[in-house]
Amino acid sequence: MTSKLDSKIPEGNLEQKWTKYRSTVPLVNPANKRSLEVLIIGSGLAGASAAASLAELGYKVKVFCFQDSARRAHSIAAQGGINAAKNYQNDGDSTYRLFYDTIKGGDYRAREANVYRLAEVSANIIDQCVASGVPFAREYGGLLSNRSFGGTQVQRTFYAAGQTGQQLLLGAYSGLQRQVGMGNVKMYARHEMLEVVTIDGVCRGIIARDLTTGNLERHFGHAVLLCTGGYGNVFYLSTNAMGSNVTAAWKAHKKGAMMANPCFTQIHPTCIPVSGDHQSKLTLMSESLRNDGRIWVPAKKEDAVALRENRIKPNDIKEEDRDYYLERRYPAFGNLVPRDVASRAAKERCDAGFGVNKTGEAVFLDFAFNTIRYGNMEATKKGMHNPTQDQIVEMGRAVVKEKYGNLFDMYQQITGVNPYEQPMMIYPAVHYTMGGLWVDYNLMTNIPGLYALGEANFSEHGANRLGASALMQGLADGYFVIPYTIGAYLNKEIMTKAIPTDHEAFVAAENKVKGTIDQLMGIKGTKSVDYFHKRLGLIMWNKCGMARSSEELTKAISDIQTLRKEFWSDVRVPGDANEMNSELEKAVRVADFLELGELMCKDALTRNESCGGHFREEYQTEEGEAMRDDENYKYVAAWEYFEGNTWELHKEDLVYENIKIAQRSYK
Amino acid sequence: MEKNLNLSLKVWRQKNAKDKGQFETYKVNDISTDMSFLEMFDVLNERLIVDGKEPIAFDHDCREGICGMCSMFINGRPHGPKQGVTTCQLHMRSFNDGDTIVVEPWRASPFPVIKDLVVDRSAFDRIISAGGFISINTGNAQDANSLPIPKDDADESFAAASCIGCGACVAACKNASAMLFVSAKVSQLALLPQGQPERKQRVMEMVAQMDSEGFGSCTNTGACSAECPKEISLTHIARMNRDYISAELSSTK
Ligand SMILES: Cc1cc2nc3c(=O)[nH]c(=O)nc-3n(C[C@H](O)[C@H](O)[C@H](O)COP(=O)(O)OP(=O)(O)OC[C@H]3O[C@@H](n4cnc5c(N)ncnc54)[C@H](O)[C@@H]3O)c2cc1C
Ligand code: SF4
Ligand code: FES
Repeated sequence: MTSKLDSKIPEGNLEQKWTKYRSTVPLVNPANKRSLEVLIIGSGLAGASAAASLAELGYKVKVFCFQDSARRAHSIAAQGGINAAKNYQNDGDSTYRLFYDTIKGGDYRAREANVYRLAEVSANIIDQCVASGVPFAREYGGLLSNRSFGGTQVQRTFYAAGQTGQQLLLGAYSGLQRQVGMGNVKMYARHEMLEVVTIDGVCRGIIARDLTTGNLERHFGHAVLLCTGGYGNVFYLSTNAMGSNVTAAWKAHKKGAMMANPCFTQIHPTCIPVSGDHQSKLTLMSESLRNDGRIWVPAKKEDAVALRENRIKPNDIKEEDRDYYLERRYPAFGNLVPRDVASRAAKERCDAGFGVNKTGEAVFLDFAFNTIRYGNMEATKKGMHNPTQDQIVEMGRAVVKEKYGNLFDMYQQITGVNPYEQPMMIYPAVHYTMGGLWVDYNLMTNIPGLYALGEANFSEHGANRLGASALMQGLADGYFVIPYTIGAYLNKEIMTKAIPTDHEAFVAAENKVKGTIDQLMGIKGTKSVDYFHKRLGLIMWNKCGMARSSEELTKAISDIQTLRKEFWSDVRVPGDANEMNSELEKAVRVADFLELGELMCKDALTRNESCGGHFREEYQTEEGEAMRDDENYKYVAAWEYFEGNTWELHKEDLVYENIKIAQRSYK
Repeated sequence: MEKNLNLSLKVWRQKNAKDKGQFETYKVNDISTDMSFLEMFDVLNERLIVDGKEPIAFDHDCREGICGMCSMFINGRPHGPKQGVTTCQLHMRSFNDGDTIVVEPWRASPFPVIKDLVVDRSAFDRIISAGGFISINTGNAQDANSLPIPKDDADESFAAASCIGCGACVAACKNASAMLFVSAKVSQLALLPQGQPERKQRVMEMVAQMDSEGFGSCTNTGACSAECPKEISLTHIARMNRDYISAELSSTK
């Protein structure tokens, strides 16, 4: 381990680390909290929960987001659910099991201590959310309902129809707005953070652009929390919102904060396939659908061809001519294997020529089987002895509608096809980034005073995140971790007076931002920002996506470097910098993606193994399963940036004292 | 099946809050019926940029009908012709070849135009700050299952909570009333046991903030609910009115 990376994991037994640490971490007294200022960038689950909690404790908080309201952060779009080790179903769940599933699901590339803490606080999250009015789904007895997600064999996922993220975020947002109303938080919506200000290596504030007026603003903070979400949009097409970006994290990276495991990307198996060149984003069909949907392709190639040419309909294919390939390959977990495994299996079938739509890149997700099962259950419940097939289907559809109605509507809206009648067509798409800013146990980056929470950090999901664990992590970080760990730093800051923002470091940082903006505005080239973004996306998807190889990654790096040059000489940003200008906003973000993409490829190229979402074609078994290399790669790859896009790799060795490392098997 | 359309767009252009603004007409050709309405705008904007003109500013983010950011007034209706659909989820198969489509921003004085189709909806945030919450600090909660809630109440509360805060209800209303939005939040919390302690105070304070933001009064026309992309029901307004009257009667302040 290099000295630059100190993970600050507390001593002691795994089960006691957090409890002990929490009760011994230095405190800041209430009077001092009032003079300590915390800047929170981002108002998603991580940012909103942190802001509300820190303001309640008495800190002076400012929150920034680029949308027009804190309530619109991308967490709002999360669909399926949130995990917690409540064991309400009495099916054998426990803190340890959630911890174990998460480490295993992450393919043994996450820190034990962090993940254990996450599992420990998970139960408190549900309590907190219910108390703040989140209307989770309930059973007839009035108690909370659970469903299963991939990579687990217990039911520990809490949900609110297919809108769990919306309900959780609105809960956290209401807590945040309450503090805004009380004057404890000042909210800066339609603001984008464009630089971190450091003085003597310590983080002291930010530069933000007011997106309505174009004005650059300087803000001082004793601590800065980046809660800015993931960078999946480096692929152009992803399930992320249009505005999701890496800029805040990337500016921090260029100021010295390390990026960890940047190549660990999650490609989600169940998304609506690409329909044409106009495509601006991809839409997820929640993993929860895999509870009740069975995934298949035709067993015969001629049937696949006939489907593509629209000569037959999916329901024309007989049961025995269908290949439920997940159930075939992974009988123990079946349709509920983790995402990376399910995505690769879909790609494998489509590459082999069994894809079912006109592009050949789609498989079926079929609800017919469970519709009938539910229909029969309803008939029994209602005491109907000889229900007709139509009645069974009708009752079954009503059950499916209650569980997934909004997702089915969305599918029909987008594709024009009714998924109650025909199986859905799905294909993997970029969804989540496990990589992110390196943080220690306190969630602080290697720049003192600069923290990263939620999807923006790298911490708990290793090389693959399990479904319903991101919402859990975001809220754990914001509600239950940072309120304690920030004390370890801020207790030493009580003597630091607010630094006036005419300090030279603020002036220099603002000038740098202004320089970049002027440069972008001044190019006046011939191509739009999207033109470059789409090309970058294609390079990343083809060469750094579901399957990677040394040859393709090497090529990708030089392709990206060329594209970056072209961007800086030929992009066209219309309008003015001193007004609302969405093209300028995009240009700033894409400029950063063009650097991040290179680092991701470099990271993927350096990791000579296959683990989780990172699949190197050179490292697989004969049956096409991933081959991990624990001897040489059981580490967190933390990259340090140097001027001119060069990087140095630092390794944080991962130590497993409580889990026996094993080859991951879902067979 | 996918088809291609040629269309005429009449779009509201307004440089900034002070500018008077006017309609501009654009022709767009070869629009696939598989495209979303906003993807059609992407195509138009791409062309404007390459031609050296300013693209049309509009709000959007998730493009999945959940963040509530998109907000176009299309052919006289907020979010366009389809029931229960946001602008971003509206697809071009809802239009015909040769159509002229008129696109404006939300028109309501509490939502001033910032630029082109972008408006300022921060009044909604201030209404929530006035009382749209349960006053509970982090860490105070009891075990979630110690508080059973009848499924029907939980479901009804969830239906109210599915409001995305887009403001279409205000844009649809001739009085620019925000009653549907406010009542959705009031109702969500009024239906839950956790919401009871502050029930009266909440409705009084949210309504006071709504009035001070300049939203108009409700005359029971129902356009809000008819145009709401999440089909928020008018029953929430009735529930809020009952709560408001009872809170006023018992008010000791
Ligand atoms: C479609 C979809 C469905 C999902 N479903 C699930 C699920 O069912 N369960 C689950 O556990 N996870 C799910 N996830 C993942 C999960 O939603 C995210 O990982 C999580 O919500 C991220 O939360 P966050 O708080 O870290 O960031 P976000 O919610 O993305 O918030 C980022 C915030 O940062 C702000 N921001 C970013 N950059 C800047 C800047 N430069 N300046 C100022 N502000 C900035 C934004 O305005 C925003 O407020 C899903 C993800 C997607 C895309
Ligand atoms: S009530 Fe409906 S129209 Fe009004 S803000 Fe909510 S979702 Fe939008
Ligand atoms: S863009 Fe999010 S609801 Fe339309």
